[in-house]
Amino acid sequence: MTVDEIKNGVVIDHIKAGQAMEIYKFLGLDKFDCTVAIIKNAQSRRMGKKDIIKIDSDVVPDLSVLGYIDHNLTVNIIKDGANVSKYHPELPLEIVDIVKCKNPRCITSTEQELSHVFKLTDREHSVYRCIYCESKAKN
Amino acid sequence: MRHLIGIEDLSVAEIEDLIATAEDIIANPDKYSKVAAGKKLATLFYEPSTRTRLSFEAAMMELGGNVLGFSEAQSSSAAKGESVSDTAKVISCFADIMVMRHFKEGAPMVASMNASVPVINAGDGGHNHPTQTLTDLLTIKCEKGRLTDLTVGLCGDLKFGRTVHSLITALSRYTGIRFVLISPAELTLPEYVKSEVLDRRGIEYVETTSLDESLPELDILYMTRVQRERFFNEQDYIRLKDSYILTVDKLSLAKPDLCIMHPLPRVNEISVGVDADSRACYFKQVLYGKYIRMALIKMLLEEAAK
Ligand SMILES: [Zn+2]
Repeated sequence: MTVDEIKNGVVIDHIKAGQAMEIYKFLGLDKFDCTVAIIKNAQSRRMGKKDIIKIDSDVVPDLSVLGYIDHNLTVNIIKDGANVSKYHPELPLEIVDIVKCKNPRCITSTEQELSHVFKLTDREHSVYRCIYCESKAKN
Repeated sequence: MRHLIGIEDLSVAEIEDLIATAEDIIANPDKYSKVAAGKKLATLFYEPSTRTRLSFEAAMMELGGNVLGFSEAQSSSAAKGESVSDTAKVISCFADIMVMRHFKEGAPMVASMNASVPVINAGDGGHNHPTQTLTDLLTIKCEKGRLTDLTVGLCGDLKFGRTVHSLITALSRYTGIRFVLISPAELTLPEYVKSEVLDRRGIEYVETTSLDESLPELDILYMTRVQRERFFNEQDYIRLKDSYILTVDKLSLAKPDLCIMHPLPRVNEISVGVDADSRACYFKQVLYGKYIRMALIKMLLEEAAK
């Protein structure tokens, strides 16, 4: 199966098979008014099977959350049909309203209007902690 | 705006400044009697803690300031469902500095993000209680003359005791500190404190179940109470609560200049007979708590005025 090459936008490659919809949701692509192709279970020499997301848009969405989800992904930025930048996402320093704090003693459990904010506290082990109660983020 | 939410908000140098100020307050109280004149401290205690609240109120009064506030959630707007964020904004209109104790972890942090005056965390659930840690550090500094080169015994509930975790974190920033962790097997120090604090900073420590065997080598003995609410069943509590009781007899094994500390209230882990011993520092510790809070209020008010 083939999907047309995009002219301007982003190709997120090497997504773990089955994780594409999760990334679609985290990036808020459902709210984007552009063409998005999700390719599931594509053949990959490195991974066996993988997912790919192609976003056809002049405006690049905020991709910072990708590093939190999986920093082994490959991000390709496409301009005028050419691949102008290719990189693995970095761990973001802060993630907001992506994961919820699961600590029942945390203030976020009673005050619904608070954003769920996690900060990177240990880069080596990719540990994120709730800024309020310091509980570790769990996927 | 500077706040104090966790002890790590303060650098070692700032803690040293606070301790130096507190020592000067002890020596020259008159010099500080008007430092907070015309200022108001609000104590927002969603959970009762009379000792901590009175310590803050006494500290503010001795600085020449005034106090207002509430001592339980039922008597506050929280009972009507007001959020911590809104309360922090409202109280900022009335007071120059606020102290919050809350049963939810992170509530004082939320207050600090919404207040326009300094916020001090006076305990948020089982999470942080930085002024207790400052109290402990001032006590050690005043009683031992130093915060370095000490063998520190921590005894009792090391698993859930937040004061213990916080004190370990704070003391680990000084050189020559060695910990003796004395607890029943059920209540040992959590793995993450060992790996993220002690091992990461290369701090020497031993774990033991015997108070008697550890006593002779200690410079500091920090006793904690074993709380009933930590146990799932009554038998476990009864079996363990008496395991680590400091008595006059046991004290004969200790160094003559041992410093015995306790965050109070005690149940029975230090027998009353020990109180008369010159090595008992836990009531002096309460007094030190007031002085370090005076130093802290002074520092935060000055920072806010900048
Ligand atoms: Zn939390």
